[in-house]
Amino acid sequence: MQRKLIQFKERGLYIAPIDTYIDPWRPVGKAIITHGHSDHARRGHGAYLCHDDSVNILKYRLGEDIKVQGVPYDQVLDIDGVKISLHPAGHIIGSAQVRVEYRGEIWVVTGDYKTEDDGLAVAFEPVKCQHFITECTFGLPVFKWKPQEVVISEINEWWTENVRLGRPSVLSSYALGKAQRVINSVNHDIGPILTHGAVENTNEVLRASGIDIKETIRVTPDTDKSLFNKALIIAPGSGINSPWLNKFKNASIGIASGWMMMRGARRRRAADRGFVFSDHADWLGLNEAIKATEAEYIYPTHGYTNVFSKWLNEQGYIASPVETEYEGEVVE
Amino acid sequence: MKLFANLFQQLDRTTKTTVKVKSLAKYFDTASDTDKVWTIALFTHRRPKRNVKTSLLREWAAEYAGIPLWLFEESYHIVGDLAEAISLIIDDSQQAMDKSLTTYIEELIDLKDKEEHVKKEYVLKAWNSMNQTERFLFNKLLTGGFRIGVSSKLIVKALSKSTGQEENVISHRLMGNWDPSTISFEDLILSESGLDEISKPYPFYLAYALEAEPEDLGATDEWQAEYKWDGIRGQLILRDGELFVWSRGEELVTDKYPEYEKLKDYLPDNIVIDGEILAYIDGKPLSFNMLQKRIGRKKVGKKLLQDCPVILMAYDILEYQGKDLRSKSTQERRDILNGICKNLPQEAPIRISPTIEFADWDVLKELRSKSRALDCEGIMLKRKSSEYKIGRKKGDWWKWKVDPMNVDAVMIYAQRGHGRRANLFTDFTFAVRNEEGGLVPFAKAYSGLTDKEFKEITSWVKKNTRERFGPVCSVHPELVFELAFEGIARSTRHKSGIALRFPRILRWRKDKNPNEINTLEDLENLLTK
Repeated sequence: MQRKLIQFKERGLYIAPIDTYIDPWRPVGKAIITHGHSDHARRGHGAYLCHDDSVNILKYRLGEDIKVQGVPYDQVLDIDGVKISLHPAGHIIGSAQVRVEYRGEIWVVTGDYKTEDDGLAVAFEPVKCQHFITECTFGLPVFKWKPQEVVISEINEWWTENVRLGRPSVLSSYALGKAQRVINSVNHDIGPILTHGAVENTNEVLRASGIDIKETIRVTPDTDKSLFNKALIIAPGSGINSPWLNKFKNASIGIASGWMMMRGARRRRAADRGFVFSDHADWLGLNEAIKATEAEYIYPTHGYTNVFSKWLNEQGYIASPVETEYEGEVVE
Repeated sequence: MKLFANLFQQLDRTTKTTVKVKSLAKYFDTASDTDKVWTIALFTHRRPKRNVKTSLLREWAAEYAGIPLWLFEESYHIVGDLAEAISLIIDDSQQAMDKSLTTYIEELIDLKDKEEHVKKEYVLKAWNSMNQTERFLFNKLLTGGFRIGVSSKLIVKALSKSTGQEENVISHRLMGNWDPSTISFEDLILSESGLDEISKPYPFYLAYALEAEPEDLGATDEWQAEYKWDGIRGQLILRDGELFVWSRGEELVTDKYPEYEKLKDYLPDNIVIDGEILAYIDGKPLSFNMLQKRIGRKKVGKKLLQDCPVILMAYDILEYQGKDLRSKSTQERRDILNGICKNLPQEAPIRISPTIEFADWDVLKELRSKSRALDCEGIMLKRKSSEYKIGRKKGDWWKWKVDPMNVDAVMIYAQRGHGRRANLFTDFTFAVRNEEGGLVPFAKAYSGLTDKEFKEITSWVKKNTRERFGPVCSVHPELVFELAFEGIARSTRHKSGIALRFPRILRWRKDKNPNEINTLEDLENLLTK
């Protein structure tokens, strides 16, 4: 049997001819990283390759001393005859699909992606290939996102109402990606935007890399408390579940996540508001993305992989799920 | 429907009771009278009859959304709620139109004898004219089971706030057999006389679990102790020569327990007795498992009546000679009950739940620890001077259950949760060892762990799955858990030959390995206890 160009190994997705892994979950020598989230960019690899915009994120998250090389989108690296290039995945800043070509065989690994242009990450671009390893975190037809401006106006309305009632608006979202997406698209005329340390640290790293993140104020013990009741306060899930939240008396808690589509997930978090807002592709997005690749072989990873594979097989693809240790979108 | 959908959204977006009551009260101030009656009916589990089969709804939804039925079923499993799954799978309408809650319900009732294609046309048209929340609520009307975090207690509070009437008056009026399609808001809530009073039960007084030491309750002679019977709480009403039996779920169950009909010959008219519906033979209660065979059935056959007859284990009297006794003391009520029951013959299907004499708390502790041998769940403590209150109230009534039984077992299957926990593995099957050292599955449990633990287990399951059977993963038998359960009985339906009552996870025993778990023999020894 002919060996596949990308193999599904215990430590991750493996490109055998160049002894390199994509988003490995155990320490390896050489790793290509699709984006900076912790289930994809892990510690302990010998050398990292990622998009230019991910370099500082990786250094911030994994340590200044890592050996990391950045490349721009679409630039082809030829490594021992294997052509490697990165292409926009639209998931978060610096997120990339990895295209691998060797002896006429073309594979694309998506990492995480979404098809909607969020105005911050470079928008997703379909890449033609024969083998497509795709995430499918939200690979069920119940997951359908509304356009970003609709969700953002829901957040603006909720925030405005809270200001009227004189209570803080605390919004839970990922520190890297979703937080900045919210910061750059909500209406800053409503009030100030305060941030949890984990969010603000990320903002600083991105600003230092020349990315335009709108004005935010880090919450510290010295922060003027009179700001709280007018502010939109952005924190990661871990901040929402910690005593840190007690600073904001009587706060209304919102969560921004694709899982908020389901009433049950919303209620489990005991959140006041769930905003259906994700950096992953929805059902339609996944199906369109796959179609656009013109690939014949599809390998769904993290998410409802079995169900999604069965659906794809019925649509005429040759699909089989791949077990990985990526987590998709987690609601903390 | 918009008004009702708006109310639902407000209720759904808060966990604070005060906010919920406020939203409901505001709704009751503005909604039409018929919408109000239907809203009360829905939130107190009086939904209209289901006139469209859910299997058809699933087919129509899949067809409408342009997906295969199996994919709809998978999605439904993940969402966990049919009404919600359908509401999500169908796109929002661009041409919203609005009808009142009452109109929709009346139209749904009218569908009863219509042909399938007429029903289908109606339902699809409705789906197409709503937004997601409205569609969810409409589907809830279709499928029933309107449980959306509003208790009847909340409704009572809100109605009291809106109408200015006292809570206990409203609470009483909402009980019983009223029909939302005929009764007016005036007759149900406002009018002085009310209709058909004779079947109306009193709201049950419910006990809290005793968590402190009994010594903290003070002097023993202030307390009446009884066994806590393992049946179903019931209220028996005999008024104007008619007999009614209500279960705690405010369900009229008279027809399910025809034995009680005989009590008309033995008990004086115009009384209401609070007690336990208990399977009982030869002077002894049968296990709850036996009674369970009767719970689900509307009509019971001869054989079941013979094998599993019920009595009423009476412990309180709420009405005598047509007078409400609830403000009298527990002691006084007990004396009246004793007077009525003392000379009844054996064939009358009623017993008085005996009070336990105890001079000090240690005696009672001893008796409590042995209560399982009598097929009881523990001890009930009631303050002799207390009146009969409404609902669950702390202070005067305590249930003091026996400690649960425990077993250490290993997880062998895991399944994703649905609804609340769709992205976590939360439903587990556990095994103990048999004589040969093999693993025998014996219990499923899905409660008792924290979200953090579920997350940790979920990530473990993903890495340790051996095989998949649809939504179920078999995992390497490595994780050991301590399970607690309330009872154990023989069962021919289970591979292990035993069935546990209310098993749940007590804690994750990270300190134990799978060689240290309990054996089937250990469980069988518990059977004989």
